[in-house]
Amino acid sequence: MVEQALSDVQVLDLTWHIAGPYCTKLFADYGADVIKIEKPGEGDPARRMAPFFKDSPHPEKSGFFLHLNTNKRSITLNLKSSTGKKIFKDLVRDTDILVENFSPHVMPSLGLSYEELEKINPKLVMTSISNFGQTGPYRDYKASDIIEEGMGQAMYVRGLPDREPQKLAANIMGYQGGNVGATASMVAFHVARRKGIGQHVDVSIMECGLTAIDMRPGYLVGYQYTGLVGTREDAAVFGIMPFGVFPTQDGFVEIAVTPAHWPRIVKMLNMPDLPERFPNIFDMERRGEFEAILRVWLLEHTKQEAMEIAQAQKAYLVALKTPGDLAEDPHFKERQFWVEIDHPVTGKLTHPGPNFRSEETPWLVRRPAPLLGQHNHEVYCDQLGYSKGDLVKLGEMGVI
Amino acid sequence: MSELPLKGIRVIDVSVVWAAPYALQLLADYGAEIIKVESLQYIPPTTRSLGFFPPKEMVPILGALGRSFPDLDPGKRPWNRLSAFNCHFRNKHSCTMDLRRPKGKEMFKRLVEISDMVIENNAAGVMDRLGLGYEVLSEWKPDIIMVSSPGFGKSGPYSNYVGFGNSMMALTGFNWIRGYRDSAPETTTTSVWLDSASGPAIAFAAMMALHHRDNTGRGQFIEFAQAENLINHIGDVVLDYTMNGRVQGTPGNRHPYSAAPYGCYRCKPESRKVRPDVFAPNQYADDQWINISVFNEKQWQGLCRVMGNPEWAHDKKFSDVLSRYQNQDELDKHIEEWTSKLDKYEVFHSLQKEGVPAGPVLDDKDAYNDPHLKDRGFFEEVTGPELGTHLYPGMTWKMSKTPGSIRKPPVRLGEDNEYVYKTLLGVSAEEYAELEKEQHIGMDYVGV
Repeated sequence: MVEQALSDVQVLDLTWHIAGPYCTKLFADYGADVIKIEKPGEGDPARRMAPFFKDSPHPEKSGFFLHLNTNKRSITLNLKSSTGKKIFKDLVRDTDILVENFSPHVMPSLGLSYEELEKINPKLVMTSISNFGQTGPYRDYKASDIIEEGMGQAMYVRGLPDREPQKLAANIMGYQGGNVGATASMVAFHVARRKGIGQHVDVSIMECGLTAIDMRPGYLVGYQYTGLVGTREDAAVFGIMPFGVFPTQDGFVEIAVTPAHWPRIVKMLNMPDLPERFPNIFDMERRGEFEAILRVWLLEHTKQEAMEIAQAQKAYLVALKTPGDLAEDPHFKERQFWVEIDHPVTGKLTHPGPNFRSEETPWLVRRPAPLLGQHNHEVYCDQLGYSKGDLVKLGEMGVI
Repeated sequence: MSELPLKGIRVIDVSVVWAAPYALQLLADYGAEIIKVESLQYIPPTTRSLGFFPPKEMVPILGALGRSFPDLDPGKRPWNRLSAFNCHFRNKHSCTMDLRRPKGKEMFKRLVEISDMVIENNAAGVMDRLGLGYEVLSEWKPDIIMVSSPGFGKSGPYSNYVGFGNSMMALTGFNWIRGYRDSAPETTTTSVWLDSASGPAIAFAAMMALHHRDNTGRGQFIEFAQAENLINHIGDVVLDYTMNGRVQGTPGNRHPYSAAPYGCYRCKPESRKVRPDVFAPNQYADDQWINISVFNEKQWQGLCRVMGNPEWAHDKKFSDVLSRYQNQDELDKHIEEWTSKLDKYEVFHSLQKEGVPAGPVLDDKDAYNDPHLKDRGFFEEVTGPELGTHLYPGMTWKMSKTPGSIRKPPVRLGEDNEYVYKTLLGVSAEEYAELEKEQHIGMDYVGV
């Protein structure tokens, strides 16, 4: 068997939606044994989140769930029942890292706060990912991805000056919460392993936004330095040098030209007389004239052709790829990035591959996202020693 | 005081711009010793400069760019004063050596021999061409961990592609699904979320490799292709294509799949302090905004109550989740009519009290004044030489027993040369003077 870096790490996963599951996915994909605890009958609400395989809503066909839960094992457990709590505590005993992303009041109200769990396992790392953190006046407030972005990230400065602030793509704040949660868990786990000290890690998605390096922290420090608040501004344009998104035969490209890069654009266009025709590249008056030449050239090429010609000259021009282009893209194909994962309900599907490549201890698909409660027998009988009969009883009692 | 969680871990930092520097900030905040290796001969663009150093007179006309310097003054050493980089320079050490000359390489080798990791994000091949690739480093220190994080990886047709961060994201599909939903992709503004997504994951990769080294004594090389990491952050969008052949467009501020209302609504304007001495046309903007997201019937009822049960809300066009999703244009207009007369914090608290997800769009000033962040002690005060005293964004996560903190101000170029050369490498006073003369060691760029 191939050795993975986290093969000796035991993770107990009480997560749902996006942030928590993405955190434990990173652990599972690099080898940890992640036991995902789901609510009997319902499971992770992400199971009911679109997009669905063949657009048919089904708890085992959610694209979100299938992506976020690779390599995990699923058991069902009712944490509100006393038997459920007892079983949970048995599992905590042998856990290195417990990850949860409920509202902050949930774990204490179940009698499963860090203080309680610490008594069972002093080396336990408990990572809590939440919208606003475990403390503070907004602790129990509700949020969504756009709300997190507006409060934590640089949303106020993104977009056009005369329009509303612009959100970034999709569910980035949730993913980032999981991304940070995984790193924080590894740091805490390092202390647990080396010094035997367990602890509670508090990840606030809002604060993940405030330190996420894309603009926000720089603007925040800029305000301290100058008293100027960042606002949405028109992109600065210089002379005839193109900057931005332009159409081609079959889609768009993004271009950035600075004075240093001007000769490369000349070479890309293969028009050696350009420097003669435009002796002053800072001449704003002639911006439109040059842009017309560029636009005609772009419309004679596909986005991929334009990019390949430009990049051969080191000109800053790239194709604006759609998610559909991506799957066919020659770069990721050559790097064998995509992986095919066979799932008992959907069959084989193409998924994104490794976040990073660690040859010595690789990223691996050992199993697809689990069916709800798929590993009850494995965990309850083989690991915890319950009998098949017990399992039936627990089911009847609504515990699993 | 409790011991910092990563105390005793030494990391060599050969990073540029934002992605790996963010990873190194996270490791530094929690106690790793980060040794930034810089060079007096080479100023990496957008790492300690904006590509150029403006004279003081020019700063006010640079508008947003000028915001970067304390009091709009580049000072004698502008490379130590830029907000875009000082936001992540805290807790790091800086030393200087010219890695292109043998003496610089020799010093780097000595540093590698006493370090745990090397983290870099230069263009693919740069470290190899310097003769500082993993093969060489692991000969010097067999259990060294090296994380290289170029945009597209070390192989494949795009591995040597060039562009700014924003354009690199265009190749991942990420830029396609962001932007205004009702206008062409031309209006999508700059972001380098690629770097935000890479930072924590690079740190995760490094910590994972450290765990493996603790277990086995073996180091390793990690190839971190930033684009491939980011694609994982839009995995659901990718799967919609591989499962259904659907190419998603941009939902703009709307929910990509189901919730409505879901968006950003104008609130009562609020003027703020301006600096007429600075050319930043949009600093006069007084627009304020609230984000509202309704996922279910209960939250919709809550929203209606807070709005005072207006008549339009009872229209059958808005009677259930599906009809609300289908009639969003009209729905959004109604909601904005209501919010536009109100203060954003007022809308925020009154909606949350009724269980409706909502949140103000916070500008820089709002963030520093926000009672929640104050209560959590998020911002930390730091005094830096050549900078003065300011608040900085603090810890990305909180740890109950071994918390991180800002212990060292944003590091100046070459600030820790004495510590690195004399204390760590055991360089003699004579040799140190020689290295200074040869312009390996210093605190000023050569020729600036």
